[in-house]
Amino acid sequence: MRKLLYNQKLAPYLFVLPFLLTVAVFWLFPLVRSFIMSTQEIIYGQAEFLGFANYERLWRDRVFWKALWNSLRYMLLTLVLLVPIPMILASVINSKVGSERIKGFFKASMFVPALTSVVVAGIVFRLMFSETSSGMMNQIIEFFGFGPVRWLREDLTGLFALLVIALWRWTGVNTMYFLAGLQAIPQDYYEAASIDGASKIKQFFHITVPNLKPTIVYVVTISVYGGLAMFLESFMLYAGNMSPNNQGLTIVGYLYRKGIQENDLGFASAVGVVLLVIVLAINITQLVATGTFKKERTR
Amino acid sequence: MSTNTATKPTPAKPGPMTSEPVRSEDRVKPMGARVGGWIMAIFLIVIAIIALTPIVMIFLGTFQDGGELIRNGIGFNIDFSAFSIANYEMLFTDSGNYFRWFLNTFFLTVVQVTLTLLVSSFVAYGLAMYEFKGKTATFLAVIILMTVPFEMLMLPLYVQINDMGLADTYAVIILPFLAQAVTIFFFRQYFIGIPKELLEAGRVDGVSEFGIFFRLILPIAKPALAAMAILNGMTSWNNFLWPLLVLVTPEKFTLPIGLNTLLTPHGNNYELLIIGAFFSLIPILILFLAFQKYFIEGMTAGAVKG
Repeated sequence: MRKLLYNQKLAPYLFVLPFLLTVAVFWLFPLVRSFIMSTQEIIYGQAEFLGFANYERLWRDRVFWKALWNSLRYMLLTLVLLVPIPMILASVINSKVGSERIKGFFKASMFVPALTSVVVAGIVFRLMFSETSSGMMNQIIEFFGFGPVRWLREDLTGLFALLVIALWRWTGVNTMYFLAGLQAIPQDYYEAASIDGASKIKQFFHITVPNLKPTIVYVVTISVYGGLAMFLESFMLYAGNMSPNNQGLTIVGYLYRKGIQENDLGFASAVGVVLLVIVLAINITQLVATGTFKKERTR
Repeated sequence: MSTNTATKPTPAKPGPMTSEPVRSEDRVKPMGARVGGWIMAIFLIVIAIIALTPIVMIFLGTFQDGGELIRNGIGFNIDFSAFSIANYEMLFTDSGNYFRWFLNTFFLTVVQVTLTLLVSSFVAYGLAMYEFKGKTATFLAVIILMTVPFEMLMLPLYVQINDMGLADTYAVIILPFLAQAVTIFFFRQYFIGIPKELLEAGRVDGVSEFGIFFRLILPIAKPALAAMAILNGMTSWNNFLWPLLVLVTPEKFTLPIGLNTLLTPHGNNYELLIIGAFFSLIPILILFLAFQKYFIEGMTAGAVKG
């Protein structure tokens, strides 16, 4: 035993062993099983091989397409909101104008929503998006002469509520990502540019954005993943996995419904495989398109 | 606010370098920067207030009638005269399993963080400090680990733990999350920065390989440990989806699971839902105020280059 602890050849294996064991048992094994189950029909533990029948069923399943569309549009809209807005906020905080104290207060306040669990966020926003005229969101739009709106009963207003939750929770964290990226840009670049007479706007697009590319790629990657895999926000907002006309149903929500609630394990696994393929396809395309792989190779 | 403005050295460049917009009249600076500072301050404060509103609202809700809140929603017209501390009395005298859920969550978080940090720092250290066969494969495993959504694994995992007879146990809540890609990357990056001579020095002094890790390396890595403890602690404290599948017995529930059971259309304990939700935030808010730097570092650790 004593010898083991001193053996330099063996030590690295001992260090990585717990990791490899966890990955094998709780990650690799279920991953493989997911693919296998997706080709089976499983009733009370009895599995029957079906080939691609589950995928064919999926192809013809209107509810699945609805869920897929819901996830895709949510993902795209979160990208539209959660990349530019935090980038602009980070640039504002990073500028030399303004009080450090107020910026500190701002950073801390923006971070607080990220500390809340999806359960707490869901409870509060469900109550703020109440369809009564005394709900906060209805009070706000009534101030501008609209409403009241039955937020969670209509497709687009329900989507709006989900986007507000996403914006509320993740703007602060994304801003911090961009702030870290901004602070890594050498100040000389800007000084040289202003000597050459480049305007602030020009500097933003020609210095800030290109230098922030690694950060942008990272934030886009996690947002694609987070957007497509979104489920709990909807689950909490609608107080369960049911929503009018399935307007809040996402891919993972459908997986949960089929797999956990209806015990249709084979079919639900096929949903999971499709989710994996989409997430990987989008991320790989994105990484290739932005040249991230090339950089990795030369390093 | 004004006292330390006077003691601050006046920056060499006038105008944009100054950071205090408030006491601007006693300094020479361009009108534009002063107005800009004010506009920015107002802009930032307004956004900060919007961000804090939901938290403030749930705090105000703890003094209100829960059933009414659920019926009428949370809004601006709050009847402060009807405020009472009845919900607080209920919380501390008659809240059923609530504090049990609190302790369960606390216990799970502590165990989860300890084990995750151990497993993740181990593999990161192995990857950073040693050359060995299978190193590239192990590193690839970490990268691929990052790209597969847990949501996809939850179903086969759920079947698997039911087969193993481990449903409704704390072990399966913790074990699948021991290997955390972001945590591993973060530690690896940190360990790579530590000079290898330190290891050699330890070996010359007759310290074992594990002794070097625990007695020489970990103490240096305290800031990294703090940041990752916070990241994983947050994840564990707020973990919802997996415990939702695994846990069945109400006595074993964690806070998110327990609170979720209170959010039913025909519930009769909405007071506990509101005040319970608020109290579940308190430990994290306190930690955040104390260790803000580590929170921000930990929760934005993902952008660290691998």
